[in-house]
Amino acid sequence: MENTQRPSLWNRFSNMDRENRSVVISYSMIVVLLILGTVLITPNFISPTFLTQQLRLASFLGIVAAGQMAVILTGNIDLSIPWTITLSAVVATSIAAGQDDRLLLGAAAGIGVGIVVGLINGFGVAYLRIPAMVLTLGLNAVLKGVTVVYTGTAPQFQTTPELLSAAATEVIFGFLPIAVIIWTLVSLMQYFILSRSGLGRKTYAVGNNEIAAYLSGVKTPRVLVMVFVLSGALNALAGLLLAGNAGRSFNEMGDPFLLPAIAAVVVGGTSILGGSGKYVGTIAGVIIVRLLDGALNIVQVPPAAKDITFGLVILAMLFLYGRGEKVRE
Amino acid sequence: MISTTKINPGAPGFRRYIFRHFRLGVAFVILIVLLTIIASLNGRFFTPAVITSTSNQSMTLVFAGMAQTSVVITGGIDLSVGPIISLSNSLASSIFSEPGDGLNMVLVVVIVLVVASLAGLINGLIVVYGRLQPIIVTLATSSIYSGIALFLRPRPGGFVPDAYGDLLTKRVGQLLPETLLDKGSFLASLLDYIPASAILLIIVLLLVWTPFRRSRLGMWVYAIGSNEGAAYMSGVNVKMAKVVAYMLGGFFAGIAGLFLTAQTRSGDATTGAVFTLQSIAVVVLGGTSLFGGSGGIIGTIFGAFALRLIPAILFFARVNPLQQPLWEGAVILLAVTAGASRIFTVRNRLDTMR
Repeated sequence: MENTQRPSLWNRFSNMDRENRSVVISYSMIVVLLILGTVLITPNFISPTFLTQQLRLASFLGIVAAGQMAVILTGNIDLSIPWTITLSAVVATSIAAGQDDRLLLGAAAGIGVGIVVGLINGFGVAYLRIPAMVLTLGLNAVLKGVTVVYTGTAPQFQTTPELLSAAATEVIFGFLPIAVIIWTLVSLMQYFILSRSGLGRKTYAVGNNEIAAYLSGVKTPRVLVMVFVLSGALNALAGLLLAGNAGRSFNEMGDPFLLPAIAAVVVGGTSILGGSGKYVGTIAGVIIVRLLDGALNIVQVPPAAKDITFGLVILAMLFLYGRGEKVRE
Repeated sequence: MISTTKINPGAPGFRRYIFRHFRLGVAFVILIVLLTIIASLNGRFFTPAVITSTSNQSMTLVFAGMAQTSVVITGGIDLSVGPIISLSNSLASSIFSEPGDGLNMVLVVVIVLVVASLAGLINGLIVVYGRLQPIIVTLATSSIYSGIALFLRPRPGGFVPDAYGDLLTKRVGQLLPETLLDKGSFLASLLDYIPASAILLIIVLLLVWTPFRRSRLGMWVYAIGSNEGAAYMSGVNVKMAKVVAYMLGGFFAGIAGLFLTAQTRSGDATTGAVFTLQSIAVVVLGGTSLFGGSGGIIGTIFGAFALRLIPAILFFARVNPLQQPLWEGAVILLAVTAGASRIFTVRNRLDTMR
């Protein structure tokens, strides 16, 4: 019998709002995946080596998803991820020219590219009122063109400096990849921005009801610009680390990150319509996407089965989070 | 967003007509301007061979854009257009049988169209009865459909009969037997200018889109895109109309896949992927609002042809090949944002946020 003073776990779960419930579900999903992987695939699934490796690979997607989540929270979307990643990585590696002492300069230029992209996106969405999906899609095409021109004319150096490769691949203390530390720092920043700062409150407000936020005195255009700049800078950071991971920058290196980033944000419980979602959920979403990929890689299923499983898991998670309201008025 | 009708309902017929079709007009003008440019750059543009190859290169995108349009009108979006094209292409290249006789071809076309429509139907059912956001649902199903395509065709290849490819990609004049048509006649030289793919497009428009658009369902999808709640209150069968719109999207994507198969004469499970984002671009280029309720297929067709003319123009304008993607991207960005930006059409600041 239930004790009225201390409600049971199930009661507490079912009384949660959608936001918190989705966080609980997504973390439970990680546990389920770990158990399934251990029982069905290999006991090595929960070995520290495997998990460390998966976390390291997850951190690249995690940094991209952190930026994308903030954009999605405002009810917009950033489709310029792929070529922001590629262009910033290409610019950074060519300026750094493979030398560690030039890395800072290269990294600054790469992140600068991301910030400029974010400024253009933010300005277009906030002031010109171009739908984000349209603008970011078009800008992505332009960035591709810029990358092709840049790689075709400027003196190229695609190999990354040792230091950058180390940041993306090295593991310290035997268990802690540096990339994961960077992801953790990004996550802490994102958590404080979204949950503890005025900008975060305004971000949620804009996503919930932009007109109401504007009428309440929020400078909504500024919020939008900030969010897109944040996303651009984080995409650039991910681009740098990805170049470090591969040892070089190359065209189309950002292409495999667009859809998984959106998937991770949504699987983490953020509403695609904006205004609701927790950053801790996004972390879980990234880990789920990564673990699925890792698990299916071990069993060496054909890519076909991988794609199908991935799609089914996203659908299943969406249904677990609950359906939308019925149309009435 | 039917701002056009509420601005001045009492305006005289002609002005109202212009108002209502303003964005379609813009898309048409863009296409005409691009056609003029390319005709002045390439003196041989209006020859049967060039017209046909231009038409063929555009047609897959035209049908992909049509697929996207029918979903976007309801206020949704379909990220699985590309994967359904891949799926259709992979399926068709796997079930064409070796001699390639007429019965086999008809059977293949029917099977592919049924499967593609089914894929669209599944999208619609999940969106409507699952009450989930279209962008995420179709993101998930796009992964599933490209998985199935990859399952059918793990490596590029397969068999496509030449008769099938010729039927869709040649000129009408080439396809008709000589006994039927006197080679030197005016009619023969006229028919030589008409690509078979254009006939296919007209058939699809006349037999599929026009009846749909004029039916009650066609009215409903616009009503839903305009204001779903109001549509529901007015007795619109919202669920059915939405499901049909997604199914029609799958059907058009199937036609796109079938045409791509005729064009490439082989199957490839990744070949359709590029069409998802391009289809969104041509929908916007064609003057259909991503918020739903306005625009239509005709604008999308203009948009698709315009988008495909850009690389040809850059080629004939002798733009440095290295800079071609940049100019292409810049033109797309400009055209798309100019059409979609709401800063030009609003009355006050609050209106921009609606």
